Amino acid sequence: MLSCGSFDRGFLKKVSGAVEDEYRCQVITEECHLDLSPYYNPARRQYDGDRLLNQIPACTTSEYFKIIGLFRVDLYIPILTYIFGQAILGRQLAIASVFRLRNELYGLKQDDDILLSRTIKEVIHELGHTFGLVHCHNLSCVMRSSTYAEEIDLKGAALCPSCRSIYLSNPTLP
Amino acid sequence: MADKISILIVDDEDSVRDSLLNWFLEDGYEVEAAENAKKALQLLEERNFNIILADIKMPGMDGLELHRRIRSLNRETIVIIMTAFASVETAVQALKDGAFDYVTKPFDPDDLSHLIRNAASQIALRNENEALKERVTTLEEVDDIIGHSEAIVRVLQHIESVAQSNASVIITGESGTGKELVARAIHANSSRKYFPMISVHCGALTESLLESELFGHEKGAFTGATFNRKGRFEMADGGTIFLDEIATISPKMQIELLRVLETKSFVRVGGNREITSDFRVICATNRDLAAMVRNGTFREDLYYRLNVVNIDIPPLRERTDDIPLLVNHFIRKYCTSMSRDLITIEPSALKHLEKFEFPGNVRELENMIERAIVIGNGREIKLKDLPLGAETPENSVESLDELEKRHIEQILLKYNWNISRSARALSVDRVTLYNKIKKYDLRQKE
Repeated sequence: MLSCGSFDRGFLKKVSGAVEDEYRCQVITEECHLDLSPYYNPARRQYDGDRLLNQIPACTTSEYFKIIGLFRVDLYIPILTYIFGQAILGRQLAIASVFRLRNELYGLKQDDDILLSRTIKEVIHELGHTFGLVHCHNLSCVMRSSTYAEEIDLKGAALCPSCRSIYLSNPTLP
Repeated sequence: MADKISILIVDDEDSVRDSLLNWFLEDGYEVEAAENAKKALQLLEERNFNIILADIKMPGMDGLELHRRIRSLNRETIVIIMTAFASVETAVQALKDGAFDYVTKPFDPDDLSHLIRNAASQIALRNENEALKERVTTLEEVDDIIGHSEAIVRVLQHIESVAQSNASVIITGESGTGKELVARAIHANSSRKYFPMISVHCGALTESLLESELFGHEKGAFTGATFNRKGRFEMADGGTIFLDEIATISPKMQIELLRVLETKSFVRVGGNREITSDFRVICATNRDLAAMVRNGTFREDLYYRLNVVNIDIPPLRERTDDIPLLVNHFIRKYCTSMSRDLITIEPSALKHLEKFEFPGNVRELENMIERAIVIGNGREIKLKDLPLGAETPENSVESLDELEKRHIEQILLKYNWNISRSARALSVDRVTLYNKIKKYDLRQKE
């Protein structure tokens, strides 16, 4: 997990711990000092998620099975007004941002617990796509599609039995 | 549902195609992308897509033109037009041309999800509708007309050939041969099948009731007409009206019916507004309408108007080959409706059924099988479960003369050889009875 936004160590540890528990794998957290200015779109005042997604492998020298970049900035892709994160289905790379997961953005009181919970779900969700999982209709499954922050709160942080069995049957798992 | 929906993205911008492709793949849809309209049309020649998202501004053919081409290829495909430039005129034009929706780039993720969900719901509804239509058709199709005898195959061929036309049909056949079933099969195989088939049993109604039933009435038209009521001709608009027992209608109704058939318009009883209705007429009778025309009890002009096509259904006794099939069909039908395991019929019982005359035709056979299933042992229909009478032709080796002799003897015995009473019971005159007694050499026993 590449930390691209000076995140608190405790926060990152909790996120990586949740990912390890869910996918039964080891999570290494690396600090990433990527200059984000080339990815900024002044017209949209957002950062290009597509280009960042393709850039993150260059931010580490180590070989990883999966890589997810965690950002603080507002991400977009050309066709959508914003994204919480994105991944390439069944491939190695994913990104996620806490920008739109913060309560403050919606005029609500800051809540670090909610932010942590949403971030864990978003990171597990995007990594799920890299394992080939598509959106799930199960209301409590972490792979359920969420287009609003409040929708993330409604679902759980774990894969439903059906998605879990698809994950476990993934032939690319080491 | 999501994994069954296929989506084609048509946009000249790589980033848009890639983003949408990835987004829909994550949603579990089957997705392909094309960089221009030409490529999209090539893909459409190879396969169908449920939903097409097409950019409005593309080099070469634009999204609106592509949409028109897609509509001419497959009207079922849902087309959503995308544009980076919001323009009311193009949006209106796209919707006028039948586009499902029109969206401005970039989309809100939630809007995109809703848009695709709505389109998917429409596809699901359409599929469900198709399935239901199919089911309705199957229910009323010729599957219910059982048999492989030459006579019934001829009836089925007739049904097939007349169904697609609008010609009036008269179905003739003895009571219980399945005239209404044939009418339903004609309706179900016609282009009118998605409109109602309205049945009217003319024989069960008096002249005034039939008039009100067929034409409807206005409130206050007669005592008891407390509200306006649509008539059967009005209800059958777009569909078929089935007039059973047509031979029983009065001369006055025959004139009225002829006028309606000629103009396809009528006035409700007590009303003055002309109502038009587009219906097809199918009639049925167990009487010889041609003979009724000859003896003046049925109007010749109405007869020719109705008798464009005649389908004659043979009585069951003339297609005994079909009895085993019919028996199995009714066993399956009633065991299923009574939630029972399927039962069989003992060979001797079936043999007796094949020899039986069945004056009530298929209806009588159906009732017999239903009764046998109800009163039987639940495993096999036996001869004793069938109300075939004590004597069936199978058991009888007597000639007609012998039967007559025995019957007359029984009657004479019953009336103690009182010739007048016996003749009355036999519905013959006394002279005939004397002649029969002499012919068969019948004598009163001491």
